[in-house]
Amino acid sequence: MATIWLNARAEKRELPKRAAGNQIETRLMLGHNRGKNEGTGVIELENVAYSYGGGELLSDISVKLAPGSFHFLTGPSGAGKTTLLKLCYGALLPTAGHVRLFEADVRGLNRDDVALIRRRIGVVHQDVQFLDHLPVADNIALPLTVSGRHAEAGGSDLNELMGWVGLQDRAAALPPELSGGERQRAALARAVIMSPEVVLADEPTGNVDWDMSQRLLTLLVELNRMGKTVLIATHDLSLIRAAKAQVQARVLRIANRRVQLAGADL
Amino acid sequence: MKLDLAQLRALLAGDRQADRVVPPSGYTAQLTLFAAGAMAFLAVFALALSLAAGRLAERWGAELAHTATLRIVAPADQRAEQTAAALAVLETTPGVAEARALTDAEQAALLAPWFGADLPLDTLPVPRLIETKTESGFDPTGLSLRLAAEVPGAVLDDHGRWRAPLVSAASRLRVLGWVVALLIVAAVAAMVTLAANAALAANAQVIAVLRLVGATDSYIANAFVRRFTLRALSGSAVGVIVGLLAVWLMPTGSADAPGLLTGIGFRGAGWLVPLMVPLVAGLVALLATNTAARRALGGLT
Ligand SMILES: Nc1ncnc2c1ncn2[C@@H]1O[C@H](COP(=O)(O)OP(=O)(O)O)[C@@H](O)[C@H]1O
Ligand SMILES: [Mg+2]
Repeated sequence: MATIWLNARAEKRELPKRAAGNQIETRLMLGHNRGKNEGTGVIELENVAYSYGGGELLSDISVKLAPGSFHFLTGPSGAGKTTLLKLCYGALLPTAGHVRLFEADVRGLNRDDVALIRRRIGVVHQDVQFLDHLPVADNIALPLTVSGRHAEAGGSDLNELMGWVGLQDRAAALPPELSGGERQRAALARAVIMSPEVVLADEPTGNVDWDMSQRLLTLLVELNRMGKTVLIATHDLSLIRAAKAQVQARVLRIANRRVQLAGADL
Repeated sequence: MKLDLAQLRALLAGDRQADRVVPPSGYTAQLTLFAAGAMAFLAVFALALSLAAGRLAERWGAELAHTATLRIVAPADQRAEQTAAALAVLETTPGVAEARALTDAEQAALLAPWFGADLPLDTLPVPRLIETKTESGFDPTGLSLRLAAEVPGAVLDDHGRWRAPLVSAASRLRVLGWVVALLIVAAVAAMVTLAANAALAANAQVIAVLRLVGATDSYIANAFVRRFTLRALSGSAVGVIVGLLAVWLMPTGSADAPGLLTGIGFRGAGWLVPLMVPLVAGLVALLATNTAARRALGGLT
């Protein structure tokens, strides 16, 4: 754990105080324990199909993300990775089958329930959007702000989190001033500030160079070691190969509208 | 439209952080303020006109409903005789409570403003006036017929001919004043709805981001509702204050000069009526923005 933490902080010359690192870790893990369900998945798809109106894009998909598991979701561009992720955080309702988030069927959720679920599932979106008029620090704290916990955002936790993703010097910058890699790291920080039980990342390394993608991967692996359920959608197989050295990951592949477990051919 | 108590409480409590998540809107905010102020200013005048017209209608109605005037137009030598005859007829007419011929001095006083004080009244063919106080059961048509038969020089003027249209015009004016005030309220609602829709459209991306990071609909709606309610409230408060000052500075007639123009203004508790304008404007803005926001949010997941 310590080495990974150091890796994450490599850009910053000074070593982080150990206590501070543990603090973040404890905070992030609390969320995991709160939602831990033995035997059932935190996210479950059962015979799910989805269509945007034309033919079915996804058919008969059954996936269960066990608490603390690490999954990749891969497939060619346009296969439906983003769509599947949206089904996993309640942004889309399945056209057939059942999606259960923390054991609750998404069809039974009202709009406020969906809002509350989003505080338990951190999402790094494919096209990350920020509030461009607010500084990066406020954007990262936004999930706290909208859930009425802004007081916590002012504290040291936010600073620690910004340090963890290496953005401590960019706190006052506005989002349009960030580089691609900085945007992705800010998005990751925003996704985990509520200590969610699950982290979904959609092409988190889409617009960044190899070094940055390794760094982001390291952060995600570290989150998984803290106990979070992680699902990364990516079409980048080299990223998956790199991850396999660090974490026990299952690879789901979308092919012919269905999800299959990918074998050793990666 | 959904506006539950919890949301209302959150709205009133205010939230500096929530206000920051929606970017400041610059000059459109000024426009909303200005429009609300102008509307409130107009509403004050509509209300002043309405209240004044109402007072006038009541007063004219009450004063004139119970009087009638008889003119005796006859050659000088028959005037006294016909006056006596008319008084006799009036005495036996149901609904006439009191009848009294004006004295020369009283008639001279009435004419003095037009002809001067030293008018030789007895040498002029000035009709004699008989004032009557009437009560229920008075039948002006029946009396006119009787007078025509018995006192050829008598002309009955029960004031109804010119009273009725005046009273109904004043009543109509009162209703119109309220209709104008209501139209102004509706215009405020329309204006705020347009402004809120524009703000919601301009901030579509902000709203989408807020939804994605776990903001509830109420939270997002309130960020806009608070803004527009405050603008409508403060803009119209300024408009009302300026409007009240303008009404207060209007020249007023004395109490016995029942002119409409000099009567425009507020009396007593009437001054409280325009104070309702900012409250109504604020409430209307709250409901209009909430409706617009809920509609905009409905399309988002
Ligand atoms: N909102 C939408 N309406 C209609 N079609 C859509 C919508 N979003 C995505 N699609 C289509 O669904 C398919 C899968 O899209 P997506 O899930 O984004 O794939 P991926 O993330 O694997 O590239 C694509 O063909 C895309 O054009
Ligand atoms: Mg995609």
